This record gives sequence, C-alpha cells and structure tokens, in this order.
Amino acid sequence: MLSAKNLHITFNAGTPIETRALRGLSLDIPTGQFVTVIGSNGAGKSTLLNAVSGDLPIDRGTISIDGQDVTPQPVWERAKRVARVFQDPMAGTCEDLTIEENMALAYSRGERRGLGRAINNAMRAEFRERLATLGLGLENRLADRIGLLSGGQRQAVSLLMAALKPSRILLLDEHTAALDPRTAQFVLDLTARIVKENQLTTMMVTHSMRQALDVGERTVMLHQGNVVLDVAGPQRQGLDVPDLLHMFEKVRGEALADDGLLLS
Amino acid sequence: MSFYSLWGALEIGLIFGLVALGVLISFRILRFPDLTVDGSFPLGGATAATLISMGLDPFTSTLAAAVAGALAGMVTGWLNVKLKIMDLLASILMMIALYSINLRIMGRPNVPLISEPTVFTVLQPEGVSDYIMRPIILLVTVMAIKFALDWYFSTKAGLAMRATGSNSRMARAQGVATGGRVLAGMGISNALCALAGALFAQSQGGADISMGIGTIVIGLAAVIVGESIMPSRRMAVVTLAVIVGAVLYRYFITLALNADFIGLKAQDLNLVTAVLVTIALVIPLLKQRLRGKNGAR
Repeated sequence: MLSAKNLHITFNAGTPIETRALRGLSLDIPTGQFVTVIGSNGAGKSTLLNAVSGDLPIDRGTISIDGQDVTPQPVWERAKRVARVFQDPMAGTCEDLTIEENMALAYSRGERRGLGRAINNAMRAEFRERLATLGLGLENRLADRIGLLSGGQRQAVSLLMAALKPSRILLLDEHTAALDPRTAQFVLDLTARIVKENQLTTMMVTHSMRQALDVGERTVMLHQGNVVLDVAGPQRQGLDVPDLLHMFEKVRGEALADDGLLLS
Repeated sequence: MSFYSLWGALEIGLIFGLVALGVLISFRILRFPDLTVDGSFPLGGATAATLISMGLDPFTSTLAAAVAGALAGMVTGWLNVKLKIMDLLASILMMIALYSINLRIMGRPNVPLISEPTVFTVLQPEGVSDYIMRPIILLVTVMAIKFALDWYFSTKAGLAMRATGSNSRMARAQGVATGGRVLAGMGISNALCALAGALFAQSQGGADISMGIGTIVIGLAAVIVGESIMPSRRMAVVTLAVIVGAVLYRYFITLALNADFIGLKAQDLNLVTAVLVTIALVIPLLKQRLRGKNGAR
C-alpha cells in the first residue's frame, strides 16, 4: 500500500518564477490497486510520480510504502520497492547495453551488486521465456544492443524489467505517449497483464481521458497540486469521457473564477 | 627506425596501454571527462621513485603508487558527486592540486633511479637483454590487468558501473547507488594511470614533475585509434583494442620522430600528438561526409 500525506513541493521558491507544484496533496492507494492519474499540464502529475520514486525531494509531507516511511530514502534505495517505466523509451533503458544486460540490471534491482556474474544461463533462459510472451521475436535477440529496438519494443522490455523482481509499487509516467496508437494499445494491454499477474500497486499518469477510464480501477484527477476528483467502482463505471471533460472544465472554471475574484 | 627504438616503442606503448585502459573507464564507460590523469600519472611516478630511492622494495613502492592514484581519482569523483562540481572542472582542480602534491612527495623536481632496483631489474633473468625483457614483463602485466578488468565488467558491480555511465537515471531507478559507482570507477581509472606512471619512471630512469604533461591526450589517442581499428561493443575486445591502440600510436610517433626527411625532433612530440589526435578525431566525420555524398548520388 502506498500512502502520500500532505505533500508539498515548490520549485524556485522565493523567486519570481516560483511554482507550487504540489500543495498538500494526500493520496492512499491500497495494495494491488491500479490508479490512473489525469490532469492538465502543470497539475502536478509528474511531480507526484517523481516524489514517490524519490527523484524529487519533497519540502513537506511523508511518503510511506506498506507502512514504512520512505521519505528520506534516495531513488536507488526506494528501488527495492518501486519499479518505474518512463515516458521516454530512451530513459528507461541503457541504449549502449544489450537486451540481456538491461534485463540483468533489473534482475538485481534493490539487491547488493557484488562480484557475482551479472548474467548466467539460468537468467538467460528466464529472460528468453519472458520476452517470448511479448510475441515480438525479441527472445532471439538477447545479445542485441537495446538501442537498436523501436520505441514500442523498448517500452515493452521496460515493462518486463519492471516486473522481473517482485516490487510493491509500479509507476508509469505516460509510458505510451511517445508511441503510435497501435503500439500504445499493445503496451497498454501488456501493462494490464503484468499488473494483474504481479498484483502491483500501480499509479499510471496519462494524458488520455479514454485511457484513464478504460484502464485500472480508480481514477484521480489533479489540479494545481491537489486531488480534485477521486472516483472508483460503480461511480467510475458510469462515467464517460464527456463527463470527465465536464468535471475537468468545471474545476478549471472554478479556479478561473477564483483568479477573477482576486483580480477584481 | 632502429631495432632498439622498435622495442622501446613497444615498451612505452604498453605502459600507455594502462593509461588507455584508465581513460577507457573514465571517458567511455563513466562518460566522465577526467583530466586528473595528467596529475595521477606523475603521482605514480613520484610515489614509486621516491619510495624506491628511500630503500623500499620496488613492488611495494609500485603498489603504493597505484593506491595513491586511486585516492586521487576518488577525490575527483567526490568533488563531482558530493560537492556537485562540474566533472571537467573537478578533474582540472585535482590535476592542479596534484602538481604541488607531486613536488611535495619528491621534494625536488625530479628523482632519478639509476642504480636503484626496479621491478624490471628484480625480474630480469641472466642472459636476456633488458630492452627485450622489459616489454615482455610489461606485456604480461598489461594483459593480466586487461583480463582482470574484463572479469570485473562481467560482474554485477561492473554492469552497474557501465549502466551508471550510460544512463544514470535509469541506473538509480534500478537501485544502483550511482555516486559510489562513479567513485569506484574513478579510483580504478586513476590507479591504472598511476601504475603506468610508476612503471614509466622505473623503465625510463626516474620520475620528473613534467612527465605527466599530455598524458590524457595520449590516453585518448590510444582509445580512439583502438576503437577505429577494432570497433566492437564487447568489453573483452574493447579492452584489447585500446592496448593495441596505445602500442600502435607509439609506433606512429616513433616513426614520425625518426623519419629524418620530415625534420621532426623530440621536442615536437606534443605537437605531433595533438595533430595525430586531431586527425583521428576528424576521420569518422570525413567518412560520414563521404558516405553522405555517395548516398546523395
């Protein structure tokens, strides 16, 4: 279970370009729940994800995973519990390394990396087996540089890597945004499968309202660094994109009205 | 080119093979532009020569030199990782600091090793000429270190270091403490360069404060020459390539300086080095342009 309490993050504090990215955001995600996160640009979606992964230090608040406070832990320490797939296919893999070397890196995620062999035959067999489930023929290309793969293929491998080691939390940062529609659908289906098989507590940031409602079990909308909508279950099933769009505009409209009051 | 200068070129080429391996780790694997090398090479020479002239046995002295180099490299890494000083600048700071440190270690601008025992004289068997034996000893040493590095890069720790240089954000997301890997890599890299300096001082009859000038350029030249003659992604091939590159590079230099008709003298060494490195760097660009033109047709 992931629990974020009263998160505050301010960029460029004390300067004219000060941005309050998160303003006391709180969010609890029970174990095994798949949450989609939407919101306009600057709503704080990516900031929230980076705060949970540890990439961004938080000014105030606490983040705990399964009841343990991980707030002071750097990224590499949190990696024991948190797996991540980036928006940019280039960011989630080492393009100079081969497919098997990349997977071997993920295979030891969160473990001490000593002088044992990085890759052995048992691992190769497992990698092959996992890659075969993608149906992309990658199981025969273990020794190929991962930089030779297409963006979609790299995202698919990134997802496999995220699930190689048992982890608690899976963070997906618009991981289909850089892909063409068909490939995006393929990666999305794979995501659903992997999340289900491994019962991962998942947070997926997306720009697509369709995606936000179709995938997962709960949808959270962020606005100005706070949760403004949180729907799950029957209420969510009744929602369609126009409803969501309507709520979205309502929230933004209210925000505009606030600004209007301030200005007058 | 005389028979002697051929063996001499092999000897110095192999010593710079160690520098090339060090530069490979910093520039290529960690992508850390490290100029500390210009200070850690003479640091190794100064440490070994001073300890030997104080009466310590040459093997312990050489080992001490490598440890000194490792410390220097780790300080550069620490300046970058912990104090957030830009990599290139951190290494320049360390290089400048080492100039004074090296003078302090030697207590004077140079320490000659004329009659003192060196690793080469101790290992020298009866009846074999020293100018033949030294390259053989060096070849064994350099290859042993090459295989040790190949093994290291096949381990989990080695893979984590490669990932740190290739994509540090991804490496962290996979649980690699990247700061530590940079420190370790810089330590190994500069230990190799200091070891090279220690062996250089023992093979060339002493350490000198100016012996480090241009070391980094020679190391880089060796890496570039090696990569262009034996292009490969396999670590075992790459490590061999840079050693071959270092030896070949030394032969080019010896040829250039020995060809009387060109009229170059020993003092032109660094100029020749700079010109050769420039050519080596430009060749890939020219190749690309040539290919581009052909494609257009």
